[in-house]
Parts: sequence; structure tokens; C-alpha cells
Amino acid sequence: MATASKAVTNSRANLPFVYRQYSAEQLKQVLHKMYLVRRFEEGAEECYTRGLIHGTMHLSIGQEASAMGICMPLAEDDQITSTHRGHGHCIAKGAEVKRMFAEFFGKTTGYCKGRGGSMHIADVGKGNLGANGIVGGGIPIAVGAALSSKMMKTGKVVVSFFGDGANNEGAFHEALNMAAVWKLPVIFVCENNGYGMSTSTARSTAVKNIAERAAAYSMPGVIVNGNIFSEVAEASHQAVARARAGEGPTLIESKTYRHRGHSKSDRNRYRTKEEIEDWMSNRDPITLFESELREFGFIDDKGIEAIRDAVAQEIAEGIEFAKASPSPDISETGNYVYTEQA
Amino acid sequence: MDAMVRELSYAQAIQEAMAIAMDMDERVFLMGEDIGVYGGAFQVTGDLVERYGADRVIDTPISELGGAGVAVGAALTGMRPIFEFQFSDFATLAMEQIVNQAAKMRFMLGGEVSVPVVMRFPAGSGTGAAAQHSQSLEAWLGHVPGLKVIQPATPYDAKGMLLAAVADPDPVMIFEHKLLYKMKGPVPEGYYTVPIGKADIRREGRDLTIVATSIMVQKALDAAAVLESEGIDVEVVDLRTIRPMDKQTVIDSVKKTSRLLCVYEAVKTLGIGAEVSAMIAESEAFDYLDAPIVRLGGAETPIPYNPELEKVTVPQIPDIITAARDLVKGVR
Repeated sequence: MATASKAVTNSRANLPFVYRQYSAEQLKQVLHKMYLVRRFEEGAEECYTRGLIHGTMHLSIGQEASAMGICMPLAEDDQITSTHRGHGHCIAKGAEVKRMFAEFFGKTTGYCKGRGGSMHIADVGKGNLGANGIVGGGIPIAVGAALSSKMMKTGKVVVSFFGDGANNEGAFHEALNMAAVWKLPVIFVCENNGYGMSTSTARSTAVKNIAERAAAYSMPGVIVNGNIFSEVAEASHQAVARARAGEGPTLIESKTYRHRGHSKSDRNRYRTKEEIEDWMSNRDPITLFESELREFGFIDDKGIEAIRDAVAQEIAEGIEFAKASPSPDISETGNYVYTEQA
Repeated sequence: MDAMVRELSYAQAIQEAMAIAMDMDERVFLMGEDIGVYGGAFQVTGDLVERYGADRVIDTPISELGGAGVAVGAALTGMRPIFEFQFSDFATLAMEQIVNQAAKMRFMLGGEVSVPVVMRFPAGSGTGAAAQHSQSLEAWLGHVPGLKVIQPATPYDAKGMLLAAVADPDPVMIFEHKLLYKMKGPVPEGYYTVPIGKADIRREGRDLTIVATSIMVQKALDAAAVLESEGIDVEVVDLRTIRPMDKQTVIDSVKKTSRLLCVYEAVKTLGIGAEVSAMIAESEAFDYLDAPIVRLGGAETPIPYNPELEKVTVPQIPDIITAARDLVKGVR
């Protein structure tokens, strides 16, 4: 989303990666977007509770630093494949929240003209090839996009986001193997939030860290604290550089946590209140980033207030836009099954 | 000016189509298991790797799901992959990518993308390959909106329909009967297409319509030649595409002959024959029928290994002759 600032001042030399790499303005933008993800999902959840949105949704509240950090070094035409928990990826890659809300409301102004909803949201113009309702479904597709990049010599890098659940799908293993054999410019990002629906990684996954699986495919496996923006962005920078240099894929395991349940049907019976409370109070990615920004002098209370206000307004306008937008006509039910031919 | 026409085998016709597609468009490339130096399990890609290089004739690991997904992703992002399954049975390993991803992506994304992937499936029995390498699963994929599913029955159609498939913006699944690969027939040089979604009347007749697919087309034609000597005049409709189906050609034929026999190799129940029969029953052709519709399909068993058992599992020429004769003479 942004290119690195060349200005690395001496005073920043001992700060964590992103504070050396990016300008204050760029980092404020990141905070803005992290709030946008958080408030978008809160807004969507409220609309659902009020009966304005049907179906279900998978909220990524608590995982904002992961989505933002990974997308930080990507250019606009770099591509991502996303997951059912993909609203953060979508916003991080540059989507407008009003068109996302419109999609949730099933309106023609939505990113998928109301045909996809939360689980298939995409923004092809910004390189988001789509969320996916199938766990692991996007991983081979990302490898295919990376093959296109290599064959067409476009220089694009592709990021495949997936969760810890996907690392036990065959598609994960087949895709990582092919990407490594063919040295493709793709980055596999496992957002490990500890649970595949209700089943913990301890109960489902033979390795302690999913990044260890990289060894089986001869690629670097990197573990980051997914709730610390700078750590995630630094790992992504290195993986992007490696991919652009033609050195092949990287597997990044971003350890994080979802504050909400798996989906709207979740009664949270598989984890304790204390565990959730600990992550929310002590390891919230927005709180952590905000306090670093403040501590290192990149922003003050007034600046933070301004961001929160701007985001609140954007969210309110987005919901109004979605409400006011037209629904697709029933006569158009069969559209887009096949490409319309002249 | 007519292009030079030669006798080519069905496999050679497909290979020539793939070469022409790669010559015409640098985005076209081939992927599959052992399609490089090995030349493909049925020698369909042959020596294409020597002519186009390993970057465009890509051997994949034995990873049908992942490989199909890579092809889908490449198609989604501007390339024109032709993905070969070693046997159509292995589609079962890749159903996720075919059914959930390739078929639905354009729809789910509100028309923002298309997935111009071609997948080739060597299908059918008769090679002694037994139950896991002999199935005819085209109706599985024919059930999925978003896919196009074709079954060329001649070398001419195999080339022309493959070139049409490569030019098509949507995912096209090609089922190629393995016993057809050695079949020879006239094939023009150079580029031409045979439209997807159009059936072909391979033999005109007055007394009975046989709607056949794939290898059953030739068997129906052979049966029709025998029946002609008995004074029974058979019309043979080669369906060629099962999705989207050319309903009008079948309806018009049945209105003319008043009798319908469906012949296909896949398991009879819930297959192409059921669809064609129901389509006719729902159409204006129903009022023209002088006899019940008859289906000849595969037995309700997996394909057996023993050659005699294998043969009786799918319709053969004598079965078609008997069924047609009975239908015309009102025995059924």
C-alpha cells in the first residue's frame, strides 16, 4: 500500500522496523485503516443484530495488525487471496467501506453486486481476488496468480491469507509444494488465531508452530506476533523482497486471536472468558500500535481523536450509502453465471 | 479456399489444436501430470514439450486439487491454461476447485472476473483399467451452472471444440473417451472452431432419433447401418455439448421421427439420458411421441476388470440395434 520512506533519521535508529521505515503520515494512515477495519466489523455486526443484514459473517476483530502489516509493503497491483474472515484484508488492500457495506446489504453497488456477500467479498481493481468460503480454497489460486505473474513477467507478488484451520487441508500442502518447486512470487500467510472454528491447533495440528511446515517445502518459515504491526510488516517486507527477487515463496505464521466467535452461531464454549479477556485487555493490536505511536512521538491524543472521528463518520456514511442503494432486480438472478457474449 | 484436409487420429487432432492455440496466443499453456517428456498418459501432448518448452508444457506434481487450483488462479489472472487430468476419475480429487471455485467465481464476484480455463478429462471404459480409471463422470460436472461440458465424438470436433474452448471466456470441461484417441477421421489444417452448445445431426432418418454422446455416437451410426438393411431409418444426433444443451435440435428431431432412444456410457440412472428424456417430455415434442422414450446407459455397477464383464457393463452395438428395433416395431 505504500512505498518505503527514504528518510531514516538518526533519532529513529533504535526504534522498531516500521518507525524507521515509514513516515508519520504513513503510519497514521495505518492506524486509520486499523480503526476502519474494527469499526466496519462492529458496524456490520450491529446491522446484523438489527436484522438489516442476513446470512452470517466471520469477524476479524483482534486481527487488524496482521492484515495491515502483511499488506503494508504491497503495491496496488500486487494481489491477494483472502478468507471467510477477510474484511480486514479487503480494507488493508484498499477497499472502500461503503461498497463493502453495500455488498453486505446485498445491493447492486456492492463489490459483488450483492451476489457474494461477506464470504466472497473481493476488490479486483485493488488486487483482492476474493475472500473464499472454502477453507484453503484460495491457496492454490494464489499460486496460479503467482504463476501468471512469472509467465507474464509482471513483477506482481501474490499473498495468500488463510487461517490455522487451512494448514490441515490438502490444498495447503499441494500448493506450497508447487510454489516452492517453481519458485513462484507468492507469500503464504497463516493467520493463526488458535482455533479452527472450535478446535484448537493443539488438538488439530501435529506441529507446535505452523511455520515449521515450511521446512517440508524448503521455504523460510517465519513466526511473528500478529498483534504487533511492526513485527508483521517487517516479516512481510522480507518475504516480498525475496519473492520479487525470484527467490520463491515464504510461509509467515502470524499468531493472533479473534475476539469474537467463529461466526454468528458461536456460543464460545471451547474457550474461557479469562482467555478472551486477556487478549482483549492486554494484547489488542490497535491499543498496542496506538501506544507505540504515542510513545515514539508519531501522534498525540488529538491526532488519535481526529482519526477516530473520521472513521466514525466514514462508517456512518457507508451504512447510509448501503441502505440507500438499490437491490438487484429479481429478473437478473441468472446474470454472471456465464460471461455475456456480444 | 478449403484448408487441406488430412486423416488424423482424435489424439493427434487434440494435439494439433493445442499447438495452434499456443501459436496464436502466448497466454495459452499446458499443465498436467506427465505431459512433458512422457508425452501424457495417452500421448496426447506427445512431443509438444520439445516444440514449446517446459515453461509452456508444465509437468505438475501428482496434485490434482492443487494443480487444478493453480490453473484456475492462472486463468483468473490473465492466462489461458489447458489442464490435463491423467484420467477423468481423478476429477474426484479436484472437485473443490472445479465446482466451488472455477464454476462460481464469476457469479460470486458479480461479473468482475472470468475464469477461461480448459480442463481435459480422458474418460470411459474399454481399456481394462477397472473401476477407478474407467468412469464417465461428465454428468457430475454437467450439473454445475458456470461450467460448460463437452464431449467431442470425432477428430474433427475434438480439434474444433478444443479451439472453441480455449477462446471461451468461461471454464470448459472436455471429456475425451479414451477409446476414441486412436480413431481416425478427416481434420482440416489450420484454425477453425466447432461451436460449444450445438448438437450435430450425424445421420438423418425418419423412424427413430438416437441421441448419443461421445463413443456411443459411432456405435449408434454402426447400429443405424445395420438397421437400414432391415428398413429402419435412424436419425443419429450427436449431442456434443451436455451443458449448455442444444435442446432445439433434439426437439426438432423427435418431432420428425416420433421416437427417442438415448445412448450413453455413463451409469444409466440420473444421467444424460434422464435429462434428455425429461427435456423432451416437457417440450412440444412430447405430443409427437409414438412410443415411450428408451434409455441405454451403463450398468449400475463400477466398471469391472474382466474384459467380458467390462463389455456388458456399457451399451454395445447389438444392444442399440435391439433397442431401436423394438422401439420402432412397438415391442416396448
